Amino acid sequence: MTDTARYRALLGVLSLLVAVLFVLSLTVGPAAIAFGDSIKALFSGKADAIALIMREIRLPRALLGLMIGATLGLSGAALQGYLRNPLAEPGLIGVSASASLGAVLAIYSGLTIAFPLALPLSALLAAMIAVLVVQALAGRGSNTLAIILAGVAVSSLAGAMTSLALNLSPNPFAALEIMFWMLGSLTDRSMTHVWLAAPFMLVGWVLLLMLGRALDALTLGADAAASMGIDMRRVQQLAVLGTAASVGAATAVAGAIGFVGLVVPHLLRPLVGARPSRLLPASALGGAAVVLAADILVRLIAPGRDLKLGVLTAIVGAPFFLWLVYRERRRLA
Amino acid sequence: MNLLAVSNLSASLGRRRVLSDVSFTIGPSEFVGLIGPNGAGKSTLLKAALGLVASQGGISIAGRDAAMISARERASNIAYVAQEHEIAWAIPVEAVVALGRTPHRPGFAAASSADHAAVEQAMRRMEVDAFRDRAATDLSGGEKARVLIARALAQETPLLLADEPTAGLDPSHQITLMRLFASLTKQGRSVVASLHDLGLAARWCSRLILIDQGRIVADGPPDTVLTVESLGSVYGVDAYFGTAAGRPVIQPLDLIASPTQDKPEDNHDRT
Repeated sequence: MTDTARYRALLGVLSLLVAVLFVLSLTVGPAAIAFGDSIKALFSGKADAIALIMREIRLPRALLGLMIGATLGLSGAALQGYLRNPLAEPGLIGVSASASLGAVLAIYSGLTIAFPLALPLSALLAAMIAVLVVQALAGRGSNTLAIILAGVAVSSLAGAMTSLALNLSPNPFAALEIMFWMLGSLTDRSMTHVWLAAPFMLVGWVLLLMLGRALDALTLGADAAASMGIDMRRVQQLAVLGTAASVGAATAVAGAIGFVGLVVPHLLRPLVGARPSRLLPASALGGAAVVLAADILVRLIAPGRDLKLGVLTAIVGAPFFLWLVYRERRRLA
Repeated sequence: MNLLAVSNLSASLGRRRVLSDVSFTIGPSEFVGLIGPNGAGKSTLLKAALGLVASQGGISIAGRDAAMISARERASNIAYVAQEHEIAWAIPVEAVVALGRTPHRPGFAAASSADHAAVEQAMRRMEVDAFRDRAATDLSGGEKARVLIARALAQETPLLLADEPTAGLDPSHQITLMRLFASLTKQGRSVVASLHDLGLAARWCSRLILIDQGRIVADGPPDTVLTVESLGSVYGVDAYFGTAAGRPVIQPLDLIASPTQDKPEDNHDRT
């Protein structure tokens, strides 16, 4: 079957691209280290400056880029498939906004000064609370509109609470820190962040990847899918919990990085014959490639200026999305 | 054994009671036409039988209580064609039809040769194999309808429930579909299809169930269900009853003039 062969080739090309970008991400940075030296240092047992920079700064940064990109791509594809809406993205069910609020509260209350990991932990906690609220609001049925509306409501409330925290911020530095954190970045993350986020992301990925066949059946609508033996309540739980765990963890360690979860599935959909099950792994790889590439770009475009990753993805992503809409407007009508 | 047995089934949509105390059984080798006016409860009845809308009463599938069997077991006994021709993504026709094999494929298993054979046969039967590689979203309404029926046929279930399967089909494909459903009964399989075309229903179905305002008004062979009285009281229409090529022909002619329209003042107003 040429169809399956083409799909395998696509996954192969995307994997290669991710591998190349991952290595590039390891070798780009303010410390001018030769390519060969940097890779050697990563695997040497020595504890010199180069090895330290590689292991403590660049490796976690590249790993987080890979993991967060895969999370955003995968959850975007899963939510678009579940909601049968090409405009769905991971932030839609309120996870990103709530995780941001959790992080902001940790900064605002000064908890982060006493205990740095309070920030990601509090973000994760807020993401989980948001999911419970969305699930409760949406009820037990398989009503996707209720999920979207509940997500919008939770997002708005979390956004308003974040604004309130900024509004009442005791000093301008805390406000500035909150603003900068919300822009989304992979700078100065450590292996601790990687270990904190990894378990949640892995669980989320497994839950989302289990959705493949159900999402294919859902192409024909919820009733048709149910008549083909798909348990719609289980599908809703997998989609919502999987997104919450993985995107909650991603937002907790890196802040909100927009447009990746929206654009990547769009871009890859025609290349997988539009099949939702095939889009899941392809979109995970594509998301990883995009975030790794963007994180390399922020270091190349403005070295030393700390250009935020989330700003770049939005600046590049939004016009690109407009172009996609322009190209497909006839089909969308 | 009965493929589907429904007893005292009631269902409400919001506050409106859509079905009241509906009871019937579907045995093997039956082609049942479900007829009745708009809003009579035909679609709700089909959905309730599948557990897609909440209902009170007893439903048993292949002799077992429907509440006790899994979604997947139900799917290997009953296939369903929805009234809406919903296809969310531009996936190829062949892949849409292959979705019908979902309940037969365990876990992440690849398609077996039996799956391929069922998909090929279903595509040939609905004459959609010529455009198997086209995106299903780019098809015309009638072609989409045929693809979705092929999808349900590929499920290879003893019973098929179809909600207005002939809507949007040209006369040749309507007749092809009716012939196909009638031929399935020769293999012991059964079909329940909601229909608005009384002519097709009378000519091809082995049994008709007429429902009105959520209740079964008549249930039996077409000639006992479709009578001057039943068409008058349920649809409010007059019809021509005849026979052609050994089978009944029914053509609704006109609305039965209601008493109010005959009032002289009305006529006076119009002139």
